Amino acid sequence: MNGILKQNPLESEAIYIFREVFTQFENPVLLFSGGKDSITLVRLAEKAFYPSKIPFPLLHIDTGHNFPETIEFRDKLVKEMGLQLIVRNVQDDIDQGKSIEEKGKYSSRNSLQTNTLLEAIEEFKFDACIGGARRDEEKARAKERIFSVRNDFGEWDEKNQRPEVFDMLNGRIEIGQNVRVFPISNWTELDVWNYIEKEKIEIPSIYFTHEREIFERDGMIWTASEHVYKDDHEAVKTKNVRFRTVGDVTCTAAVESHATTIQQIIKEITNATISERGARIDDKRSEAAMETRKQQGYF
Amino acid sequence: MEVLKIATAGSVDDGKSTLIGRLLYDTRSLTSDKLEAIEKSSRKKGLDYLDFSLATDGLVAEREQGITIDVAHIYFSTPKKSYIIADTPGHVEYTRNMVTGASTSQASIILIDARKGVIEQTHRHFFINNLLRLKEVVVAVNKMDLVNYSEKVFNDIKEDFQNLISESNFKNQKITFIPVSALWGENIANRSSNMNWYADATILEHLEAINSEDFLQQTQTRFSVQTVIRPKTEAHRDFRGYAGKITGGSLKVGDAITVLPSLTTSKIKEIFFFDEQYEEALAGSSVNITLEDDINITRGDVIVRCNELPQASKYLKATLCWMDVKSLVPGAKYLLQHNTNRLLAKVEKVESHKVIKGESAQTENQLQLNQIGKVSLKLSKQLFSDSYEHNPENGRFILIDTATNTTAGVGFIE
Repeated sequence: MNGILKQNPLESEAIYIFREVFTQFENPVLLFSGGKDSITLVRLAEKAFYPSKIPFPLLHIDTGHNFPETIEFRDKLVKEMGLQLIVRNVQDDIDQGKSIEEKGKYSSRNSLQTNTLLEAIEEFKFDACIGGARRDEEKARAKERIFSVRNDFGEWDEKNQRPEVFDMLNGRIEIGQNVRVFPISNWTELDVWNYIEKEKIEIPSIYFTHEREIFERDGMIWTASEHVYKDDHEAVKTKNVRFRTVGDVTCTAAVESHATTIQQIIKEITNATISERGARIDDKRSEAAMETRKQQGYF
Repeated sequence: MEVLKIATAGSVDDGKSTLIGRLLYDTRSLTSDKLEAIEKSSRKKGLDYLDFSLATDGLVAEREQGITIDVAHIYFSTPKKSYIIADTPGHVEYTRNMVTGASTSQASIILIDARKGVIEQTHRHFFINNLLRLKEVVVAVNKMDLVNYSEKVFNDIKEDFQNLISESNFKNQKITFIPVSALWGENIANRSSNMNWYADATILEHLEAINSEDFLQQTQTRFSVQTVIRPKTEAHRDFRGYAGKITGGSLKVGDAITVLPSLTTSKIKEIFFFDEQYEEALAGSSVNITLEDDINITRGDVIVRCNELPQASKYLKATLCWMDVKSLVPGAKYLLQHNTNRLLAKVEKVESHKVIKGESAQTENQLQLNQIGKVSLKLSKQLFSDSYEHNPENGRFILIDTATNTTAGVGFIE
């Protein structure tokens, strides 16, 4: 037996939030993207309910433009941990005419995910969707509650948020509303990486350096892929890169890197002069890009 | 890893954003893309200095109006500590946001404009700090560059502030005065060469030296049960654990405990965190415990040491900060949430108002949005609680409006 438990306050807080979600809601779901933040959520959920299994399913909104490494990783994790995975595809909504594919140089299915997510919430009647968004990521996310109420259109009313005092979470909602829950709200990018290192959590290979065919545009490194629009004059090169954040192929830029271990990643981030979301093409659309997407029901 | 949560409050003009921006900048927590965005927007506004409010005012409406509306959370770190700043607006109409920001903090920074000295807002910020019982208060006297770095100005403000302290009912505070110029980064992270008369710590040095272990509650043990863990799997067929957070004191294997409200007694058999077993766990830890005896325990129950029972009553007197547009009036019923426990509460009376300097007139026997007052409540069931003063985590509650589901107020039990 160990002596006195030396707790990590951020971990304790996240576990507390997970247990509140489980007891305050009837039908929660964990939004899983295959990125490091949602992988961290899975570990925290495991700890919160151990020795019971994680008492809710994972939901992946698949744009069809994912990195294959992410999908492989997702399926392996689900199998090893015996989790229930629900996948809903943006492609299906496009095929049925519910979503319209963007066109042109910066086209991406990133914002189309919102529609598919809202449909899934309605289909399964989820009343709480647990996500890995963090307040340090982006200025609109800095304003988020831990329990964030959405109306039946999935909209975020950012000017009229429910007060959240101390650690007392109020998850009461009307039928049709849902709550977005953010257990790692107070973690920074570095906190997540330090945790992944300490806990020896496995992450997809694309977070580490690898050779990739890329092209450069607007000072960012884009993946050369059939899903990414590329002008003829934009030359494809092979470089050693890794991803700092993992969205889909069309909206996630790579960074040049030689990091092969988590420790090296941590060192790179500590010295980095660009923020994590600085490599998110979807945030560059305008100063309020994230706020606008959130109002519409984005993650 | 140490985490220190700090509350700040203030309006645009007193340099709060600049101070926060400075802390981020001087600890190299601002990355170049964020800095570029700040430079771009400062230029667009025609400013010849960096407007750091962009780092804190995250909503379009806030940037349009140049005001902070809602709480923003800002993160920076040093090799020693992670810091979380809960940044809130300072005006009277945002009192509820200030209370919200301060509620998750352990320390606070009160900003004073050296040219203006102690003003109405200072009263309000200090009052809220006292209401929340924040032990560490830093009074940053800012814009010293605009008063010729005068030691006399600084000392006069310090003396004025002493009057506020003498009126306060919370004596265990540690209040530290620091003269700064946030704009020029003086006494923020780097020492000022213009104020050699000040030899004490800079703001960052002071924050670094605060021992966050001190905030762990040296109180009686309280453990409120969030959920019962019963895996019913092959490997853990008979396991029945009580999961929750220790909200005060500590739990030790072998401790004789009482379960509330049933008053059944038992002993702590095991303390788990994930798959590891521990002899003892302290306040703040989310653990999973088992007891020697099979007793009926559900969410909302509280486990305490046998000789440390809290007060039990169907009546409550509390100081309430009202957060809803619909005023609180006698006779109204609300859902009271006290840790993981919920019960009904009926407002009997608004006993008195706490009028903070500069506030508008109060309406007798009701509390309006952003007002603070003493109320008496009648409860549907007996509640086991402590006074906020003696055990903060077991001495506070929220009131939920059952019609709108909103969190309408926060209470501090007497």
